[in-house]
Amino acid sequence: MRNYLNSSFFKVLIFFYSFLISNSFADDVRIKINSGQVEPLPIAIADFTGGEGKANEIGRQIAEVISNNLVGSGQFKAVESAAFIAPPTSPSVRPNFTDWTPLGIKALITGSVKNINEQQVEVEFRLWDVIAETDLIGLRLSVNEKSWRRVAHIISDEIFERLSGDSGYFDTRIVYVAESGAQNKRLKRLAIMDQDGENHQYLTDGSFLVLTPRFSPTTQEITYLAYFKNEPRVYIFNLETGEQELLGSFPGMTFAPRFSPQGDKIIMSLAEKGVTDIYTMNLNNQEVVRLTNSPSIDTSPSFSPDGKKIIFNSDRGGSQQIYIMDASGKNIKRISYGQGRYATPVWAPKGKLIAFTKMFKNTFYIGVMSPDGSGERLLAKGYLVEGPTWAPNGRVLMYFKQDAPIDDGKSSSVNLYKIDITGFRETRVITPSDGSDPAWSPLIPN
Amino acid sequence: MNKNIIALIGAVALLSACETASQKVVTGSAASSSSGSASASTSSSVDKSKSLFAQAKQTASDKLIAIGDRVLFDYDSAKLDSSAKIMLDAQSRFLRANTDMNFIVEGHCDERGTREYNLALGEQRATAVRDYLVINGIDPDRIKVISYGKEKPAVVGSNGMAWSKNRRAVTIID
Repeated sequence: MRNYLNSSFFKVLIFFYSFLISNSFADDVRIKINSGQVEPLPIAIADFTGGEGKANEIGRQIAEVISNNLVGSGQFKAVESAAFIAPPTSPSVRPNFTDWTPLGIKALITGSVKNINEQQVEVEFRLWDVIAETDLIGLRLSVNEKSWRRVAHIISDEIFERLSGDSGYFDTRIVYVAESGAQNKRLKRLAIMDQDGENHQYLTDGSFLVLTPRFSPTTQEITYLAYFKNEPRVYIFNLETGEQELLGSFPGMTFAPRFSPQGDKIIMSLAEKGVTDIYTMNLNNQEVVRLTNSPSIDTSPSFSPDGKKIIFNSDRGGSQQIYIMDASGKNIKRISYGQGRYATPVWAPKGKLIAFTKMFKNTFYIGVMSPDGSGERLLAKGYLVEGPTWAPNGRVLMYFKQDAPIDDGKSSSVNLYKIDITGFRETRVITPSDGSDPAWSPLIPN
Repeated sequence: MNKNIIALIGAVALLSACETASQKVVTGSAASSSSGSASASTSSSVDKSKSLFAQAKQTASDKLIAIGDRVLFDYDSAKLDSSAKIMLDAQSRFLRANTDMNFIVEGHCDERGTREYNLALGEQRATAVRDYLVINGIDPDRIKVISYGKEKPAVVGSNGMAWSKNRRAVTIID
């Protein structure tokens, strides 16, 4: 089997250069959109010009993917190319800015694709600040033409970062559980795809139940729960070899796994004799440490990005709530004090927020709050919404959602959705069949 | 052409397709296949004894269902109520009368909870049943528990009736 995500497989050296303007000036003209702006920023994305034939087609597709990424983020609005007064000819040519200002466009993206040889193409782009009449960033790269899609994601990330001030999240993947069949005979398979739904592949064949996959922060591995031979246990799936490995040897069900921020441990629950507690297992020396010891349910643990704290779900106080403790298991404190029950806490990559599922009066919610429990904000709701996962920039959440049944006998379909945590634009992530338990990858290493 | 644009040179190959994973269990055995699958050799007598075994299992299974193979629970609870205990008393008599058989108690939840919490709750429910059967004199080595959380509803539906029937622990023959 060939490598799937081997990082050395994709060797790209990227150099960025912000030209014509000094850095301090660049900060002044940067267009800020990360402060609760409601109106998406109008931008124009010209087809990447390509000379003849194949390069031209690749140029058109790259522009389309960039547009879908940026518009899909909810932060940008792409002005139709039909409205362009004079389509740009080349990224190296300074555009006539007065052609763009009347359309209300704030930023312009131009680019080109050139054939180098049979397989290689050279892709170049430039981002222009229409108001300041200057260019903000440029990039040129030579790649195998078949990798045009990934190039489009890398360019999208650069544009997003330059315009928003936050790092991008487009050159990433989603692992999730693909579902099919009747609700009482559900077939569930691990599946992986690009964040925009492309390059979809199944990782397991559905012969055993799989749940709750999560990416390693450091390796091309996924941890998840599999009912292999009807014994629910935590496994590790290696994306490079396609092999899955049972994690440890435990007397009861292990579940709710997540990697530690350094990728060297799995934190998870072990259920035995009616008691569910939280454990870590060191992947290097197999050392198992028990962190909680209560007769209640302690599950859904998630490390803080610095590895010093753990948030988890527990019913130790009588109802399902979110708690925080030290990485040692000491100093356990409840943090959720709103109305209803709270579950599935997951710490944001940048550490300032946690996302959660909340249940109140027969409605489910996805929300965020500070790790001390303050500042709760609810972002999405539904008959069932569950299991938020963070984009690596900590700005977008993905989760799954099931609408209320249309007639009482049947269940509605289950789908993946994403939302910007400023609360805008909940969008469905299209999958070939029903989907649940999404997990966002880190940015793919170059 | 602005000479200041710095080139990026990269050799890129298409990410290859990854076929469905091969299954390789490295550590321990998640899979002690303890079901009654005869170590199959060749003869038809093996097939026959297999089918006789399957028949006996089916008959016993039907009997267990007739006695009552499941108990129901309140929302977010793993507590056995008095009617559940009466049911489990009858199950105990059946288990005592069939000493050649082992059993699995499956714990289940309704769909109105989160997945991981429900896995734990299903395990509590199955364990509550197992503990009761053990108190009634059943050898603990004869009873395994497994939780399916909200993964295997008995009744498909998003209404109170379906939910109440899905909050259950079901005893089956191993």
